[in-house]
Amino acid sequence: MAENEKKVALTKQDRISVCFRSTFLQGSWNYERMQNGGYCYAMIPAIKRLYTTKEEQADALKRHLEFFNTQPYVAAPILGVTLALEEDRANGAPVDDAAIQGVKVGMMGPLAGVGDPIFWFTVRPILGALAASFAMSGNILGPILFFVLWNVIRYAFLWYTQEFGYQAGTAITKDLSGGLLQKVTQGASILGMFVLGSLVQRWVSVNFPIKVSEVALSEGAYIEWDKLPQGGEGIKQAIAQWSSGMSMDPTKVTTLQDNLNSLVPGLAALLLTFLCMYLLKKKVSPIVIILGLFVVGIVFHLIGLM
Amino acid sequence: MNAISIVLVIIVAFLAGMEGILDEFQFHQPLVACTLIGIVCGQPVAGIVLGGSLQMIAMGWANIGAAVAPDAALASVASAIILMKGGQGAEGAQTAIAVAIPLAVAGLFLTMIARTLAVPIVHAMDAAAENADFKKIEMLQWGAIFMQGLRIAVPAAALCVVSDQVVSNLLNSMPAWLTEGMSIGGGMVVAVGYALVINMMATAEVWPFFFIGFALAAISDLTLIGLGIVAVAIAFIYLNLSEKGGSGAGAGAAAGGSGDPLGDILNDY
Repeated sequence: MAENEKKVALTKQDRISVCFRSTFLQGSWNYERMQNGGYCYAMIPAIKRLYTTKEEQADALKRHLEFFNTQPYVAAPILGVTLALEEDRANGAPVDDAAIQGVKVGMMGPLAGVGDPIFWFTVRPILGALAASFAMSGNILGPILFFVLWNVIRYAFLWYTQEFGYQAGTAITKDLSGGLLQKVTQGASILGMFVLGSLVQRWVSVNFPIKVSEVALSEGAYIEWDKLPQGGEGIKQAIAQWSSGMSMDPTKVTTLQDNLNSLVPGLAALLLTFLCMYLLKKKVSPIVIILGLFVVGIVFHLIGLM
Repeated sequence: MNAISIVLVIIVAFLAGMEGILDEFQFHQPLVACTLIGIVCGQPVAGIVLGGSLQMIAMGWANIGAAVAPDAALASVASAIILMKGGQGAEGAQTAIAVAIPLAVAGLFLTMIARTLAVPIVHAMDAAAENADFKKIEMLQWGAIFMQGLRIAVPAAALCVVSDQVVSNLLNSMPAWLTEGMSIGGGMVVAVGYALVINMMATAEVWPFFFIGFALAAISDLTLIGLGIVAVAIAFIYLNLSEKGGSGAGAGAAAGGSGDPLGDILNDY
């Protein structure tokens, strides 16, 4: 009689198929119900397996064309739970439309709150910056590293969290508030903030080559080019003198940048970043800021400040 | 560009357009899209260098909520095509980026059109669901994705058709003050992406790690991988200590407000 208790069940092949289709979750992203078309598209293999009559199939399709929106990767555990619920329903359990929709809506918010910072703001910037630093010297390893690592991480995440959701069913909602997820998020944001700090220092370039002072150096503090012997011997002496700390020019030029760097290297970049954060918090569009910075770059260059 | 290159570039652009909405394989990210265009045009190194430089700028551009950032897919594809046609090789990367970013902003308009056109598509899905017509729903989903591919492929094709001469003349006719000024601007624009990310992640608890990273990065002997190792080690130490001592939780709760003191200061300013 065990057969009767579970008339229909999803095969592993069905679940793999759903997982693969969730790649196209955002394909029909629209202003009305956002990812609904993609969600329904992903559920089709399961609906075909679980329901046989045309009415049941039509109802299931309509159920999954309701509003849905989350970070596209964390949709995987939600799909997993939905698969478990649909399976129960197909086997006669009293799971109504509201319960399924409730679980979807209840999970999409909190999970997007985890998925956005982890994937878009930690993993992608870190992998991207690492790979870009290879790429900027023309090394093809950069793009390959980025592409391969990202997709391995992504598919592993999609499959295992979907399976986790399917096994756990609705119990997953309890796990969400539990410690592990919180720890992962916390660890990721520590990592992210650290890397961002170093990126601001290394890659934001704000340079003020404007001269603030020009001091004539005393004799012996600079290389006297006209007193060096001819040929290779002269070059050798010049290098020896330079490495012993003598200046190449008889005057010492200090730029605004030198002064800023002697305070804190990268201070200007840090301040610019804070300014951008402030403007963004004041709801200035990032596009306006980007175009504004180009204008500032051109104007400051013209007046000789940068 | 010869005919084969143009066809391949348009295919890459199509992939980038689909990925611009799907955000899965990352074909729309500069690192991938610019490299692919460089390869199909026979200038792989220039493409890779461009991809790396643009990736640094596009770092924080993401499709989330109501936030609008320039379209990474169009920026990558357009700048790569301009670079290939300009014939300056890797040196032209900064100029190509400066030209492409305004285009990427214009690309947002195309994104909005595509996302609006998707509304009638899902209405057609509703009708198909009524008849349990699986095939039709699948076709509609693919149609929508196809439309997103065209969003980038069509502008890319237009850029390809413009003669190489026109593009290189345009680039050469730009005065030095303009290109130099734009590349100075490009150096600063990177900060916007980082600022977007920091605003998302910052809490009282994690700000110190930002400053540790900032200070350590000034040591130029330390590579990015070295910094990454330090970061992972610190994250593990912190998580372990806060679990054992339990004092970490207290610090987090005591912060209050938005949990972002610097953000609060910036807000009150």
